[in-house]
Amino acid sequence: MATETLILPDRTAAVAPLRQKLGHDDWIMRGAVVALGLWLIVTVLLPLWALLSKSFQAADGSFIGLANFQAYFANPALANSIWHSVWVSLLSTIICVLLAFVYAYGLTRTCMPGRGLFRIIAQIPILAPSLLPAISLVYLFGNQGLVKWMLFGASIYGPIGIVMGEVFWTFPHALIIITTALAISDARLYEAAEALRASPRRTFWTVTFPGARYGLISAVFVVFTLVITDFGVPKVIGGRFNVLATDIYKQVVGQQNFQMGAVVGLILLLPAGVAFVVDQLMQRRQLALLSARAVPYAPRPDATIDRTMLAICSLIAFAILVILGVSFFASIATFWPYNLTPSFKNFDFDMMDGGGWRSYFNSLVMAGLTALFGTAVIFAGAYLVEKTPRFRYVRGFVQFLALLPLAVPGLVLGLGYIFFFNNPANPLNFIYGTMAILVICTISHFYSVSHLTAVTALKQIDQEFETVSASLRVPFWRTFMRVTLPVCLPAVLDIAMYLFVNAMTTVSAVVFIYAPHTTLAAIAVLNMDDAGDVAPAAAMAMVVFATAAVTRAIYMLLTQGYLARAQMWRKR
Amino acid sequence: MNLCTTSGLRCAVVSITAAMFCLSTSVRAADLTVYTALEADQIKPYKAAFEKANPGINILWVRDSTGIITAKLLAERANPKADVVMGLAATSLMLLQKEGMLMPYAPAGLDKVDAKMRDPAASPEWVGMDVWASAFCVNTVESGKKNLPEPASWADLTKPVYQGQIAMPNPASSGTGFLMVSAWLQMFGWDEGWKYMDELHKNIAAYTHSGSKPCRQAAAGEYTIGLSFEYRANKTKKGGAPISIVLPKEGLGWDMEAIGILKTTKESEAAKKLADWAATAEANKLYAENFAIVALPGIASSMEFIQGDINKMLIKNDFAWAAENRDKILAEWSKRYDGKSEPKN
Repeated sequence: MATETLILPDRTAAVAPLRQKLGHDDWIMRGAVVALGLWLIVTVLLPLWALLSKSFQAADGSFIGLANFQAYFANPALANSIWHSVWVSLLSTIICVLLAFVYAYGLTRTCMPGRGLFRIIAQIPILAPSLLPAISLVYLFGNQGLVKWMLFGASIYGPIGIVMGEVFWTFPHALIIITTALAISDARLYEAAEALRASPRRTFWTVTFPGARYGLISAVFVVFTLVITDFGVPKVIGGRFNVLATDIYKQVVGQQNFQMGAVVGLILLLPAGVAFVVDQLMQRRQLALLSARAVPYAPRPDATIDRTMLAICSLIAFAILVILGVSFFASIATFWPYNLTPSFKNFDFDMMDGGGWRSYFNSLVMAGLTALFGTAVIFAGAYLVEKTPRFRYVRGFVQFLALLPLAVPGLVLGLGYIFFFNNPANPLNFIYGTMAILVICTISHFYSVSHLTAVTALKQIDQEFETVSASLRVPFWRTFMRVTLPVCLPAVLDIAMYLFVNAMTTVSAVVFIYAPHTTLAAIAVLNMDDAGDVAPAAAMAMVVFATAAVTRAIYMLLTQGYLARAQMWRKR
Repeated sequence: MNLCTTSGLRCAVVSITAAMFCLSTSVRAADLTVYTALEADQIKPYKAAFEKANPGINILWVRDSTGIITAKLLAERANPKADVVMGLAATSLMLLQKEGMLMPYAPAGLDKVDAKMRDPAASPEWVGMDVWASAFCVNTVESGKKNLPEPASWADLTKPVYQGQIAMPNPASSGTGFLMVSAWLQMFGWDEGWKYMDELHKNIAAYTHSGSKPCRQAAAGEYTIGLSFEYRANKTKKGGAPISIVLPKEGLGWDMEAIGILKTTKESEAAKKLADWAATAEANKLYAENFAIVALPGIASSMEFIQGDINKMLIKNDFAWAAENRDKILAEWSKRYDGKSEPKN
């Protein structure tokens, strides 16, 4: 099968001195790369194209040029949302990244006690839908809020609530990035700084900060994109403060004005797209930072710093636990705030909006299928993009398609799915309104991060494996199953976990494409809150959180033992 | 299995595609898609009773607020997804009727239905189910703390003491909100009605998406007064909320919940069965558990916390006028007050 024969290099072709004939394997891999490309075109590119063309159409489908955009900017209430979205996102980003930096510094650069526990607590927000912090904030600072006095008469409904909710929800995302950036610094620089008698402050600004610079920039863009495209928090607590994400929802679901929804979607695509491009450019520079001779930095105990950091991190961790705890107590109280006797009344979802317990089981199925198929498609796809010999342009294009979802807000993707798949002329129309479209959409929505995880893991494997296997005439899939997959198992499981948790908690993309028999738990939270059933909404959010947390805990317990054995070879 | 070991990747691709196909073909034979604005806690018993009487037919509810369901039906008019509309405001059904979207059908037992509660044609395009009417929910704990007098009338609500204390449903999304606005415009006249709303607007803390939410928010003390409707008020009080229920003395805004079949349905037999069932005494007894006035006269209702004869307090309501002017009213309303609305309106 793998019949690679060497032919003599052509002296005139300086670029490709070694030409190989394409073997059987290569053709299969190329075919698979093309198939993956087509898949991504159908599930990402064409829906976006449908959205774009819709924004230039009237309700009856006729082309009207920029008339929709004119109508949008002529409406001051709508155009105002752009400014609202931008400043709220900037403020949330600054606060979130600052807090995450301090917390990450505590975790990586000090010897404060309880770092393991702090790490776990910081991951809590990722396991809950973004609606949960917003609901908790209403219980804390609303008109009946437990600590309403802390706002000095200001209202939680509006920018204050949005910023607080978004900081909570995006904190773990920023923390992961900054922790990674701080963890890879070179101890030799600190030794040099010490030898040169630099003050701690000078060391911080000349060594620590520059080392984490790219991580910080990356965190800023990730958080900014998450905030400006999130709609769960502003939906629940935004009050009359309109932002782009809620405008899309309002136009599409509230007024069934799909064309205007498409216009707002495109406007939302802009800041997210800019953030994405700048971040990609920045990351290219990061590569050369860490040399092979770097020595990992090991923090030394310092009573003052350790104690200060412990105090700050405790405060942040406490805030996270309070927000989670408030939703928990509201969900088990019989009638907040007048009757606090515990009861399970709020868990009787079948008597409320949102589809009842069925929504929860639908979510489990959806998340399970997303993890299963998503991991298979994404990991195999990353393998093909990385390991297919030559074929550079096609691979590059597929790589681009794989990263594209990172710049596409979930709401925009979901709206594109309506336009593309709900078109009776589309042969794929039959998946509209099914569980399949929810799974496909969710895989596309979270494709990029999973793809990058897979690529990073694959890059760590020496190309020698493929070369040796090929020369021994072992077909590539056998190498894939016997070597690549087992070696990358931690990354594969991480991807599956990431997809599962996100599929459980996501609202944005799927809110436009769920059908009466495919309602989902996170959307039920939204609908119950809309109908004024706030405590049951908190209860459903807690059920989603508990599911994600338990799954994660089981995953950690199960994999720890197994991975320790499977990854033994890495150690000497 | 053998196939999988020889070409793992191709096999994976094939099985993914196969599984996706399996997922998408799980449609049963007699599924009836019913768009509704009934409350989530009402539809459960209705569905159970209907499906028990008509085995083999399965109702799939698409539930949202009146305005959203209406907008959805109008947006889908080229290719409707619904088979039946059940429990939507008569003013909305009249809009669909005007668009020619409904199928004339005389359900069995139509002759027993109150003549005022149906489309007057011999084969009506919609038939009423029950009447729902506006009511205030006033949180007694909070009004005690703040020393607020209990409002007794619509006019009371504009008093400065209530500033920032009132939540009201957005009429664009909520049928309960629309029937209030429609009632004010009919009771006070067009100009005076808007003048009243300008005054009321000064006291409103939030316009909510759903007609139930203001009462539930009043129940939780988030706002002191929630403008809502009598079913939700009764039910919320029954659930233990510290509220008193006020029926404003000038008269109650009201609308009918009604049922109609879409012309385009492919399940017309099943749809007719649902329309037949909706006019039975059995169904009307279920409505009567939730509402004071139902389509079949003489069925006793029990709403333990609603005092007074709702029937006598209803305003004279011109449905044709309300349906005809719905768009105009909502556009004017949005122009004046939309700033205080929650998203999704």
